[in-house]
Amino acid sequence: MTFLLDRPLDLDRLVAAVSAPERGAVACFVGVVRDHDQGKPVRRLEYSAYGPMAEAECGRIVAEASARWTAEIALEHRVGMLEIGDAAVAIAAAAPHRDAAFAACRYVIEQVKRRVPIWKREYYADGTVGWVDPKKADRRTGEQADRRTGGQADGEAAPAESGSQNDWGV
Amino acid sequence: MTVSSDPTVSVRVLLFASYAEALGHASLTLMVPAPATVAALLRLVRARPGGELLPERPLCAVNLEQVRPDSPLQPGDEVAILPPLAGG
Repeated sequence: MTFLLDRPLDLDRLVAAVSAPERGAVACFVGVVRDHDQGKPVRRLEYSAYGPMAEAECGRIVAEASARWTAEIALEHRVGMLEIGDAAVAIAAAAPHRDAAFAACRYVIEQVKRRVPIWKREYYADGTVGWVDPKKADRRTGEQADRRTGGQADGEAAPAESGSQNDWGV
Repeated sequence: MTVSSDPTVSVRVLLFASYAEALGHASLTLMVPAPATVAALLRLVRARPGGELLPERPLCAVNLEQVRPDSPLQPGDEVAILPPLAGG
C-alpha cells in the first residue's frame, strides 16, 4: 500500500477497502487543515515528507494495529499544498466490534503523529511562513490537545530533542 | 599504509524542512572520521554554515530506521536528520 498521496484523500474509498461481512464496526478519523494555529490565522499548509521512511513507518504502524486488534486498517496522508478544510490524514479501521475498531483507529493516528517523518509549513494570513513544531505548540497553549489527546504522547516521541531550543518560525 | 586501514566513512546525509533551510542543502555527502557514529556526523553537520541552528541531539534515522546518537555508521549509509515531526 502507498500511504502518502499528493491528491485529495477519499475516505469512502478507505472505508470500502477495509469493510467485510465479518467486520461489524468501522471507525474513521480525518485530520483537516485548520484556519488558525497558536491564535494566528492560517491560509494554507504545505506538507513534506521523507518519503521512503514515512512509507516504511506507516506500514509498521498499520501492521502493529492490525495485529493487536485483529483489525483491517487503511491509512493515507497528504503531501503538498493543502487549503483550509482539506483532509491531511484519513484512517479507516474495521473490526468485528466497535471497541477494537476505535482503539485501532486511535492508535494509528497517535503513532502517525509521533513517528512518521512528515513536516508542515504554515502560510499565515499576514504573509509570513513558519515550520510547525507540535511540541512547542503544546507547551505554549495546549490548544492542539483536541487532536493529540493523551498529551504526553509527543513528549515520549522524541526524548532526544527535548532540549532543543530551535525555533525556525518566520 | 594499506587501503583497508582508511578509518573514514563516507555517508549520504539528508536534511528536511527547517534543517534543509538552515544548511541550504537537502543532501550532503560527508566523510566521518573513526569512530564513525551518528554523533560524530552531527558534529560535522553542526560545524557547517547554518549548522548551529540545529539542536545538539536532533532525531536521526539511518537507512530508514530511527537510531540513537551512539549508533555506528557504515560506508554508504543514508543518514537522515529529522526536524520535529509534524504529521497528521
